[in-house]
Amino acid sequence: MPEKVYAGRGVAKFVGEGEALVSRQGISFFGGVDPKTGVVKEKGHDLCGADVTGKVLVFPKGKGSTVGSYVIYQLKKNGHAPAGIVNVETETIIAAGCILAEVPLVDKLEVNPLEVIKSEDHVIVDGKEGKIIIRK
Amino acid sequence: MFLTKDEERMLAGGKGPAVQKAMRLLVALGDVLGADRLIPIESAQIAGVSYGNIGDAGMELLEDWAEQGARIKVKSTLNPAGMDLERWREMGVDEEYHARQLRIIRAFERMGAEITCTCTPYLVGNAPKRGAHIAWSESSAVGYANSVLGAKTNREGGPSALAAAVTGRTPHYGLHMEENRKPTAVVEVKARIVTTYDFSLLGYTVGRILGSGIPLLIGVPRADSDRLKIMSAALAASGGIAMFRVKGTTPEAGGLKTEGLERLCVDQRELEITRERLSADGEPDLACIGCPHCSAKEMRNLARILKGRRVGRGKGLWIWTSKGIYNLSKREGYVSAIEGAGGKVFTDTCMVVCPLEKSGYKHMVSNSCKAAHYVPSTSGLKASVTDLHNAVNKVLEGQ
Repeated sequence: MPEKVYAGRGVAKFVGEGEALVSRQGISFFGGVDPKTGVVKEKGHDLCGADVTGKVLVFPKGKGSTVGSYVIYQLKKNGHAPAGIVNVETETIIAAGCILAEVPLVDKLEVNPLEVIKSEDHVIVDGKEGKIIIRK
Repeated sequence: MFLTKDEERMLAGGKGPAVQKAMRLLVALGDVLGADRLIPIESAQIAGVSYGNIGDAGMELLEDWAEQGARIKVKSTLNPAGMDLERWREMGVDEEYHARQLRIIRAFERMGAEITCTCTPYLVGNAPKRGAHIAWSESSAVGYANSVLGAKTNREGGPSALAAAVTGRTPHYGLHMEENRKPTAVVEVKARIVTTYDFSLLGYTVGRILGSGIPLLIGVPRADSDRLKIMSAALAASGGIAMFRVKGTTPEAGGLKTEGLERLCVDQRELEITRERLSADGEPDLACIGCPHCSAKEMRNLARILKGRRVGRGKGLWIWTSKGIYNLSKREGYVSAIEGAGGKVFTDTCMVVCPLEKSGYKHMVSNSCKAAHYVPSTSGLKASVTDLHNAVNKVLEGQ
């Protein structure tokens, strides 16, 4: 299996892996993702209807209310958290949520993750080392 | 990021798991935000108190932290909860919501927060001095603290403010640094700005046009704290504005360099656009006053307006304030004057964070643009804005 490794910044220093789910849009966890099921419910969002459970969620950055941090925590407690998050450049809502919920978060990769990661690729998010590994 | 020995110890878990988590959060956020170090804070204002806002997720996190021994180290006050902690039944709040809201309050109590539940902590004993570093959430209070009190804070979220309260630290970046507190735009105000409502419209309009940055407003008459607090709330609702300057009113506003800054002009027409955007069709059946929470002066004014008047059948007049101002207003007879006229004075919560749809009313009118901005999305009621007298008159008998 071909494998690519890209260096970035480990923000939430945990490790996880799963199938990639890629969005070109910002994500607001508060109001945008159902904390009980992990399903994206924001109307008009390119991931609307998708389930983030166990996925490596790849998107530009977070948006919306700071309550989104708590939603990531609730997803974790309900068993519906993503396995990891890769952002182009993260912001405080996603960063705080991932740290609280212990979901690995890597950003500022040497390449644009939206270009190198395709949905269904297998991705390892290594927040400890600050890198991601993509298996096609 | 540079950490002191004490901070290293907190991060390594030497002061317990909750402090370690809080420290991890601050260090990671500091890295994301480009902070060089942490700084001690004098006070915190913690958001994420309303059950309706933070849900089971937030409730569980707060209980987990309290259980793991998180204890608040600096003077800390809380944002509004999702209900009046005593008169929740009158608001239509159900038992289930009430029980969960109380679990949140108890978790904060265990951690040592003052159960103040207000967006105006500066009116009830959490008033930092000029130059003090603080970690506040609640966007209207952040704007007020930076701009009017001259304290220094970024716009914190619930978790980062809680982590700051537990560690007594916040990342050093943004508005904590003098060089980032200079105006970024000059706003020439060419409209008649007199009432609190005018100041709210102005704030919302400037936020709507600028989006972010630090506006220096010129051509605005000297304003009292009630006008500045309602403007601060509106600036943060339509834009992400965490600090503003008003020439002739706020500290540090004189003698600032304005050459080369973006300039814009706000006239009556722009204010009218704001009013239209924030006003739904139809007749309001509920007037809400107190966004931000009413001051004692505002309570006195309401008591005066309501003298000899009566709230109409099927209409509501709900006034929102902090427990501290309520107690004072009760002693002065303002509360009995308002409630004698058929109004209700609720504390610990507000129209934006409570389940207002349970009130049974359909259309809220307020003098606060922030309230009209959020109410349609938080509770589904229609919303409109107008000045205080008009708003109150809409729900009084004989109108």
